[in-house]
Amino acid sequence: MTLDEKDRALLRLLQIDAAQPTGRLGDKLGLSQPATWRRIKRLQDAGVIAGRRLILDAEKLGFGVTVFLGVKLATKGRVSLEDFERAVSAIAEVQSVEHVLGLYDYRLRVVARDLADFERVLRRRIMTMRGVGNVEANIMLSEEKLAGPL
Amino acid sequence: MLDDESRAILRQYQSNPALTVPELAHLVRMTPARVTRRLDRLIEDGIIQGQTVEIDWTALGYTVHVALRFTLDKTVPRAFDEFIVAARQVREVLEIQTFLGQVDVRLLLIARDLADYQRVYRDDILTLPHIADIEALMTLSRVKGDVALPL
Repeated sequence: MTLDEKDRALLRLLQIDAAQPTGRLGDKLGLSQPATWRRIKRLQDAGVIAGRRLILDAEKLGFGVTVFLGVKLATKGRVSLEDFERAVSAIAEVQSVEHVLGLYDYRLRVVARDLADFERVLRRRIMTMRGVGNVEANIMLSEEKLAGPL
Repeated sequence: MLDDESRAILRQYQSNPALTVPELAHLVRMTPARVTRRLDRLIEDGIIQGQTVEIDWTALGYTVHVALRFTLDKTVPRAFDEFIVAARQVREVLEIQTFLGQVDVRLLLIARDLADYQRVYRDDILTLPHIADIEALMTLSRVKGDVALPL
């Protein structure tokens, strides 16, 4: 799908605040409320807007530690990949799982209450999984998200 | 910390932020007025900071997703700050994280195709200041990616 200038401006506004009323979005863009609604609908139907997400303060909710884990599998083959993906995705503390090409086979984003809690997840849930080889952990200190090429 | 009622509301709301107050109230078996009071409190306390949209960049033609992991030259006192300020200017960068560990900074970069990636990498990434080393991990597929908190 190709975007025009209004679509780009609309997506930027939605990235900042997806909960604002369509009428207010329209005012900022110089569009009527129905025209704004139709644009949002079109972006959703095309899959450009994949969904809405709540921005939560993880630390205030007691999740003080986020770790990026690189996982190398010791044994490969389609079955072990699928088994690993299924098992690791089922862990609540594992927020995202990506199959990657490079130094590691998988990149996991893990959230935990503190370092002791992270160690528990790593040792009891992840390291015990069949096929897990080398693991590299990097503790996140800061994160910022950017608007991207809009 | 959260009590059970707020936790129940947040759990539902996190899994579907498009829910209205009456819908949320129905799911957690509370009155809409009570849910509204709880939500107002969560916003006031800064626990709910807002809502954003997830953009599927693949649907916009950005099919290449690469995580670039940098180690920086730490002999330069302001290496981190200067690197991050410059990295923010690269349009194709979606995320910037800093770490304690082997990696100093990670950038999530998108590109339309490999030729486009090569252009961004050479013109905009290799020219960033204070790079000691770069590793690239290309995303083949996203198995799980909702980035929800285990409430």
